[in-house]
Amino acid sequence: MIPALVVFAYLGVVLCVGVLAFRTAAGPSNAEEYFLAGRSLGPTVFLLSLFGANMTAFSILGASGHAFANGIVTFGLMASSSALIIPLCLFVIGTRLWALGRRNGFMTTVQMFRDRWDCGHIGTVIFAVQAALLVPYIVIAVMGAGTTLRTVSDGLVPYWLGGAVASLVVMGYVFLGGMRGTAWVNAIQSVLFLLFGAIAVAVVGSGMGGFREAVEAMLAAPSTAPLLTRERISPLYFFSYTFIPLSSIAFPHIGIFCLTARRLGHFRKTIVLYPLCMLAIWLPSVFLGVVANQARNIPAISEKIEARAALSAPGADLRNDERDRLRAQAAGDDVILRLVQGYAPLWIFALLGAAVMAAVMASDSQILALSTMFTEDVFTFYEGKRHFGEAAQVRTGRIFIVLFTLIAYLIALRAPQSIFELATQYAFAGYAALTPLLVAALFWKGSTKWGALASTVWTAAAVLGVAVLQAAVPAPPPGGAVPILSAGGIEVIVRGAAGTTVLGFLPVVPMTLMSALLMVVVSKCTAASRPGPATLARYFELSSLERAVSTARARTGADSRITAGAKTREGLWPTI
Amino acid sequence: MRKPAVYFGVAVFYALHQDFWLWRDARPLIFGFLPAGLFYHAAYMAASSLLLWGLVAFGWPSHLEKTATRRE
Repeated sequence: MIPALVVFAYLGVVLCVGVLAFRTAAGPSNAEEYFLAGRSLGPTVFLLSLFGANMTAFSILGASGHAFANGIVTFGLMASSSALIIPLCLFVIGTRLWALGRRNGFMTTVQMFRDRWDCGHIGTVIFAVQAALLVPYIVIAVMGAGTTLRTVSDGLVPYWLGGAVASLVVMGYVFLGGMRGTAWVNAIQSVLFLLFGAIAVAVVGSGMGGFREAVEAMLAAPSTAPLLTRERISPLYFFSYTFIPLSSIAFPHIGIFCLTARRLGHFRKTIVLYPLCMLAIWLPSVFLGVVANQARNIPAISEKIEARAALSAPGADLRNDERDRLRAQAAGDDVILRLVQGYAPLWIFALLGAAVMAAVMASDSQILALSTMFTEDVFTFYEGKRHFGEAAQVRTGRIFIVLFTLIAYLIALRAPQSIFELATQYAFAGYAALTPLLVAALFWKGSTKWGALASTVWTAAAVLGVAVLQAAVPAPPPGGAVPILSAGGIEVIVRGAAGTTVLGFLPVVPMTLMSALLMVVVSKCTAASRPGPATLARYFELSSLERAVSTARARTGADSRITAGAKTREGLWPTI
Repeated sequence: MRKPAVYFGVAVFYALHQDFWLWRDARPLIFGFLPAGLFYHAAYMAASSLLLWGLVAFGWPSHLEKTATRRE
């Protein structure tokens, strides 16, 4: 029960942080203060909170669970590629979002898209797709909280109560503290993650009698030796994962976080230190997940290894329900909890519980992002703010937070977890496929709203298509593959144990490339609907010819907005 | 000259992520327990930080701050 009490104490601390942020806020009814912390976060909080927002339950539980089953490849798949690509996206796209937000008062990326492409309802479509892809994360966080509290309390805190308590706490500090409270809590969470890794490695290493013997024993056994190489993974599959981190900058909560920095210079520290922070969390998580295969003296881990062996035994003819039972038993998401529980003193296990809870509660920034998007992209866009005022906008945001948290909790109580695991998997691919929108908006003058719509609709259709396909064709046993579409002797679409591949690539690769292609082709076909020069001048440096056209059109009254725009706004960007 | 060098570095780094030469062998074990492939990617992350430092030092879009603060 002590670990559960430590977790409850942690929840109390983060709730207090929310109250403190509420009292510190410059104006509780000011939308920019509530939703963006008044664009005033300092460099350290900006780094830790942005990092904390990106590190979810998957970073500790998911990474170690995946490594337990698949080996060291997990690190290259998710950690090292993200360590390069996420900071690069912050450098190239995040800094520009910050400048545009500051200059034009944008609070969401959809506001920027609407302005950039002179569109209204297409922006609403982008909002809807972004929001739909974000919902599973929030639901899965409630599930994770319920599961974690049940595990650390040895079943004394039931799943429904754990989920309810965590939901109430997250709702409380997001409701009260808005972005400032969320950022502060994320900063605390990041510090907890960073401390956890080193402590866990030291404790487990000592408990196992050193890692050297464990790794040598794994290399000597044919069943575990492949976990220390990447021989089971194809290079194409490995390469596909370099597309996944593109999703980070397209996540609404990360885009919104980019708007909270007080100065552009605050990005510098975040960009440079981001890979090192990732290294500090992912290396211990993955390594401990791998060596857990040698911790057979822990009964819970031993059962998982036996279940996995039964699943992959050659010639095993298992019924579907038996296979599902073995899969559930072999699942490794709690392996790091079991490892630390087996080797660490109780107080370390309690701290781990709090760190895991911190990771699970990274849904706070996602809930706030959805609330910001709803109030800005729907409530304000459809005249709510003009009719009811700014205070009503903040109230609407808070009501949205309460209602949405309640709905997410109810779904989490009833939904089968597998659906949301899959949905989360698709969300990464979906957001990666939305990245061409950001790139086109910021760097390509020729992009149009119709190109943006085509990319968005394609993304939604592709995510839905993959989901339906994977639901219709169940995963084969480990190592198996079911060809779904072949042409000319080449297997085009294959359903494997770990998902679907297209010509050997993960679906994220064709989805992102097709999204970019649609943006280019449809924009070129609809060049007549390009925004006027006044709009473009807010994003690009225009050539003298384009400026002349702008002036001529303004003189003839072709575009009355141009005159006002050209006088008051200057180009932000070098022509690219 | 510095900027293109950093951009070239980014492209090279992206390619270096695909370390096919360490695909099938766990040895040598670095520090006696870290498989070579895992150590390579950990070192890759540390080196990424250095590369990003170069990008920030020599390719920083400082014009964005000037134009953004002009409105304030």
